[in-house]
Amino acid sequence: MGKSYLRNILSAVSFLLMAASLYMVFVYVPTEATMGIVQRIFYLMVPVAWLSLLSFLIVFIGSILYLRKKQSRWDVLARSSAEIGIIFTTLTLITGSLWARPVWGVWWTWEPRLTATLVLWFIYLAYFLARSLAAEEHRGATFAAVVGILGFVDVPIIGLATTLWRGIHPGALIFQGGLAPSMLLTLMVSLAAFTALYSLLLLQRISMKNDEIEIKRLLGLTAERHNTGDR
Amino acid sequence: MENAGYLLAAFTLVWALVFGYVIVLFARERGLRKEIESLKETLKERQG
Repeated sequence: MGKSYLRNILSAVSFLLMAASLYMVFVYVPTEATMGIVQRIFYLMVPVAWLSLLSFLIVFIGSILYLRKKQSRWDVLARSSAEIGIIFTTLTLITGSLWARPVWGVWWTWEPRLTATLVLWFIYLAYFLARSLAAEEHRGATFAAVVGILGFVDVPIIGLATTLWRGIHPGALIFQGGLAPSMLLTLMVSLAAFTALYSLLLLQRISMKNDEIEIKRLLGLTAERHNTGDR
Repeated sequence: MENAGYLLAAFTLVWALVFGYVIVLFARERGLRKEIESLKETLKERQG
């Protein structure tokens, strides 16, 4: 099965799931009694936050494999996932603020899960800084891989923040049966839609990185032929 | 419909950023593919 065929399938699946998710969020699911309409942000905020964690899991796996095998494809995987991850972590912080303002009365609070998510955003930033500050490409990839491995410690902290510390975040609610079946179904469809979108974006980003590598190789060949022609 | 503005802002921002990113990715890929084709052409000409 060709890569473009897989991407076409993923595009169609993402589109259908996104359409279903939007229908469910705005038409199917009932309005929550206490928080009102603003609770619907939840079906966007949770999938976006899930992608910020999933992206870093892939960064972590790619980084370990790169340091062990020194094959550039693992660095390409980690780097591509990090690029998508920083976007979704930014969106998590934005949607989190838009949720917090009407529900908690503040745009931001140093609540454990929110703080750990902000730390994750800085770790993503450090990942790219480590890469750009190195003089040679392979050294930058190695430094970034080290950040990608060490930084992963923040992912379980975000996941367990509501259990480890008494915050005001309602995270544990989902796994304790606190959601009505229609709300849980809407959340699951939204999670599936965003996961399909992530897979599509990751494939697209990897394909582009491979194109960039191919351009470098062709430029090298062109320069070689040019020099041979001059002699 | 109290607080509907926050809901609208959240969905608009997320979708604007995601769509923007997708468009940039696909446009950049098109550019890269064109560059590859042109480099291949140059190489062919030099070989011939």
